[in-house]
Amino acid sequence: MSKDKPKRMAIIAANGTLDAAYPPVILASTAAAMDMEVAIFFTFYGLDLIHKKRSKKLKVSPIANPAAPMPVPNIIGMIPGMTGMATWMMKRWMKSANVAKFEELRDMCLESGVRFIGCQMTMDVYGVKEKDLIEGCELGGAAAFLEFAMDADITLYM
Amino acid sequence: MMTEVHNTLDARNLSCPMPVLKSKMALKKLEINQILEILATDPGSMADIPAWSRTTSQELISSEELGPKNFRFLVKRLK
Repeated sequence: MSKDKPKRMAIIAANGTLDAAYPPVILASTAAAMDMEVAIFFTFYGLDLIHKKRSKKLKVSPIANPAAPMPVPNIIGMIPGMTGMATWMMKRWMKSANVAKFEELRDMCLESGVRFIGCQMTMDVYGVKEKDLIEGCELGGAAAFLEFAMDADITLYM
Repeated sequence: MMTEVHNTLDARNLSCPMPVLKSKMALKKLEINQILEILATDPGSMADIPAWSRTTSQELISSEELGPKNFRFLVKRLK
């Protein structure tokens, strides 16, 4: 199936919650293992996923999330501490299902050559500096990502 | 006749996508034409390991379900 030119996948990661953090790094690391060229563009809230400090504190909200394994009425989800509890529960479920930690999957992406592009404009909006991002990221804007995505066989917005 | 296995990857108790990622790393360490044995408990690996072998042009020699949540694959490195 693989020809001379490798297949290419371009992902836009635009969300910064714990549940939204997984799909980009799962698909990117797997695509790299399938000999694809992969880049992820981290933009808007998605920038948190490559932020040194903020990526350690990713959370999932029980509010407006009827698909949660244990749905919570929105009015209960508004009580202080409920986001922390939902996050704790999700981490526990993931662990009991032997799912790798987000950071581990993210490391495997970088080790297997996945390009991480941090959105420069988002950084300017949030006041994020290059040193605030994890090692191995590059910076760019819409055009830098699109130059890569232009030749992509798969493009995903997450 | 038993197929000669050159290395065994124990991917048991790992969930998607780890069995595929670790298989890739283990296969890279083999020589061309050597065979990797993969042990897994993730039911998704029954679809994923064959898909990964096909797309990366490696040879899936066998995939077996030895029991509930007990899978074994033999993959030969072709490239």
